[in-house]
Amino acid sequence: MPDERIPFATHADQTVLGADEIVLNMGPQHPSTHGVLRVKLRLDGEKVIGSECVIGYLHRGVEKIAEHRSYQQFAPYVDRMDYVAAVSNGLGYCEAVEKLLGTEAPPRARVIRTILTELQRIASHLFWLGTHALDIGALTPLFYCLREREEILKIFEKFCGARLTTHAFRIGGLQYEAYDELEKDVERFCTPFDKRVDEYESLLTENRIWVGRTKGIGILSAKEAIDYGASGPVLRASGVKWDIRKAMPYAAYDQYKFEIPTGKNGDTFDRYIVRMEEMRQSRLICLQAIENIPTGPIMGKVGKVLKPPPGEVYHAIEAPKGELGYYIVSDGTTQPYRVRIRPPSLINLEAFDKMIRGHLVADVVAIIGTLDIVLGEVDR
Amino acid sequence: MALDNDLVKRYKEKFGPAILEAWTDRKQAILVVARELLGEITVYSRDNEKFDWLSDLTAVDWPKREKRFDIVLNMYSFEKNERLRLKVQASADERVPSVQGVWSTANWMEREVFDMFGVIFEGHPDLKRILLPDEWQGYPLRKDYDILTQDTAWVRENLGIESGQ
Amino acid sequence: MLMNVLHFLISIWVPLVCAVIIVAVLPLVAGYIVLMERKVMADMQARLGPMRVGPHGLLQPIADAVKLLIKEDIIPDEADKAIFWFAPLISVTAAMLAMSALAIGPWFQIAELNVGLLFVVGIGALGIFGIVLGGWSSNSHYSLLGALRSAAQLVSYETAAGMAIVGALLLAGTLSTREIIEAQSDYGMWFAFAAPVGFFVYIVASIAETNRAPFDLPEAESELVAGYMTEYSGFRWALYFLAEYTNMVVVASIATTLFLGGWLRPFAGTPAFNFLDYLPTVLMLVVGLYCFYRAPKQPVKVQSLFMVAVGLLMIVAAVVLAAPLIPAVNNMLPGLKPGLHGAFWFLLKVGLYIYLFMWLRFTFPRYRFDQLMRLGWQFLIPLSIVNVMGIGVALALHRHWGWGHIPAFGLTTVLTLLAAGWLGWAGEKKDKEHVFVGQE
Repeated sequence: MPDERIPFATHADQTVLGADEIVLNMGPQHPSTHGVLRVKLRLDGEKVIGSECVIGYLHRGVEKIAEHRSYQQFAPYVDRMDYVAAVSNGLGYCEAVEKLLGTEAPPRARVIRTILTELQRIASHLFWLGTHALDIGALTPLFYCLREREEILKIFEKFCGARLTTHAFRIGGLQYEAYDELEKDVERFCTPFDKRVDEYESLLTENRIWVGRTKGIGILSAKEAIDYGASGPVLRASGVKWDIRKAMPYAAYDQYKFEIPTGKNGDTFDRYIVRMEEMRQSRLICLQAIENIPTGPIMGKVGKVLKPPPGEVYHAIEAPKGELGYYIVSDGTTQPYRVRIRPPSLINLEAFDKMIRGHLVADVVAIIGTLDIVLGEVDR
Repeated sequence: MALDNDLVKRYKEKFGPAILEAWTDRKQAILVVARELLGEITVYSRDNEKFDWLSDLTAVDWPKREKRFDIVLNMYSFEKNERLRLKVQASADERVPSVQGVWSTANWMEREVFDMFGVIFEGHPDLKRILLPDEWQGYPLRKDYDILTQDTAWVRENLGIESGQ
Repeated sequence: MLMNVLHFLISIWVPLVCAVIIVAVLPLVAGYIVLMERKVMADMQARLGPMRVGPHGLLQPIADAVKLLIKEDIIPDEADKAIFWFAPLISVTAAMLAMSALAIGPWFQIAELNVGLLFVVGIGALGIFGIVLGGWSSNSHYSLLGALRSAAQLVSYETAAGMAIVGALLLAGTLSTREIIEAQSDYGMWFAFAAPVGFFVYIVASIAETNRAPFDLPEAESELVAGYMTEYSGFRWALYFLAEYTNMVVVASIATTLFLGGWLRPFAGTPAFNFLDYLPTVLMLVVGLYCFYRAPKQPVKVQSLFMVAVGLLMIVAAVVLAAPLIPAVNNMLPGLKPGLHGAFWFLLKVGLYIYLFMWLRFTFPRYRFDQLMRLGWQFLIPLSIVNVMGIGVALALHRHWGWGHIPAFGLTTVLTLLAAGWLGWAGEKKDKEHVFVGQE
């Protein structure tokens, strides 16, 4: 009988042979739930017939805090949401406030922002690849990916002083001029990076065990992905060719040529291929960008005290995890009236229940890994 | 500034007085619609106007207004590469039709609005708190909930400490 | 009368001393295999591994052992205390008992049974009891699931391993470990070359037997925490760990005995390759000289001294290994050469086999449990049966119709590979047709 305590139980999910079902709790503390995520699984033997994600263990009330800080004061809080890709969060927030103010960052700042955001995309995908492979059992790619990521974090440290929660950008542009060897460092990182991605692919893409663990797992069709509001690599792997960097360009993306990788089947393997290809495309963007960084001011004409005229704006960027949107309402004072952050990880996680039905327990970690969630962003 | 382009004309043609206001702010189109017809309007938006992707569903609290809550839906159309914002105004004791049947992604978004603001969505299959513990009292993102307020009873019972605030 | 008493004493004391050495030394050896694994893992992952405890981490296993011994002994409340206490003992005892019929070099053997190999495989299989009872007595969902999975996996792959062993036994004609190695020396080639498919099946099956990656789902950290070992802590856990590494050594020893020529030097029969006799000495010398070279570069004085000591130890080993090659010494103690060199070659081969295990662990992701079972039952077992039949055909060709070694075994290897290819292809075809449950 469906268990009344679990509201999502329906007749369609009853067990084969009418056997008792087990409720398995992958608790908030688990080596593979990428943070404090609790997943309640209903199992028929090894097969998952229902699931419920319980979140909120990392809820810090960031949106409430925003209403009590000035626009500039709130910027460091934004890094702490998706702490794996802090630079993108900062970019989205700064651009949203700039839209609210009606200004734009100067060209030099825009190009440097693009370079750093693309490096951050590579770093985020590298971390995703390492942990995803580790969950499925491949112990080695993690260390190779972290070795590459180390180079990117060194660049961030030289640029703004912090590796993880960078607060790299300011509203209106950049605060500090880019350091002298930025172009050289980026070039030194990007030039051999293609071969490194080949190295990771050689360990995984052709490997029978990897293909067997990821092909056909967690299939999300294009229609379902759109219905569930999925975005980013999850949506692209299901076949929908959409990237905000091309559809509604921001920063300096309209100046560069790059491809948008898409998948066909929407399974875990396709999401893996899409993200690997995205890393290569990000590298191309960086190489194009450093060839021609315009000179000029790095900060636009924004005063010290920011009082945007009353109104609202919704600005979305393509964060590594998906569409990161900021809906900011201003009432004319120095503090925002409402800041809503549309977290891509949370919305992608909604599709988890759909993706896990019918699979085995061993696939739960593969699917959580492939959704690439960061609990800081899910819970804010 | 007020908006009266083809899109708004089509909406007004179909729904008449239910489209209360239409304007653009920072070059983004906003429509305020009547609460009771939100279900039909969203179905029309998805099927006819091709806004098949719901970006975000959230709320804003204007306590000085009689209808204090602004439920905001940000929609996007892949075909037209266009965004549209729908707003619905509701007071604290009014129920808003749930759009979970139109876009499945609204499920958790509406739960979060309920959790943070206390807005009840009619027709939602499983409206319970998502980010805060199930037994929490109070709706934090309302303007009358101070930033230092906590549900001290819950904290005392579950964490065993006296909340310092 | 005195000779009889002396004989009797020798026949009791030698096995007893060997047994004591094994029980005393094996935990230490297992600890150092763990260190070797961590160093190899680090090497493949572009990092250094344990470096702090002792020079280059050489004292790490000692530190780990001390830590495990002084840890608090936690027993879950609802656990069945008697079985909880007993289960790790079964695993360790089975693993160590299995060592007793194996010969590490022609002198070092506890019991020369004429059904030696059967004994080893049978006792090794008894270790499954330890796993199942451990998982059950922990009174925890996770442990029970892990234990049952582990037992199912072990039983399935035991069959495949057994059939692979049967294939090699057909060639040897005997179950006694000593005589199998002599048979390989008679054939002039190791059985790995005569039955390569059988060797491959045995490698895969032995990885699954010892719960190593890519077949380590029962102990995967990201799935069920640690499977049947979840509730064990401190020294009880160390016993399970010891059992696992001893099993690795046992399985490697069986493979070395059966397939890799045991204590025989490569090209044992050919006088032209006698220079290989110097290889043990040269290896030890190289390692010793490298230790001396690295000694001054150690950051701490104590570590430098330790490195010099290790270097000296290697030089002593080199000298000891060189001794039997001097004709004078060889005439005095004729048994020294086969004893020392045989032990060296045997341990080298076991070490290489274990290195292969580690290499595979760090390269491949994990198989999911249903894929694991499918691989065992639908690929390996049919393949190993075909292998046995193939070897039978080869022996018939060789003995009855007078074909040479290489044509006979070459033919059957080709036929078995064709069968393997067909099995693999048929398996993949079936996979494509199998509509996954989640897809509707």
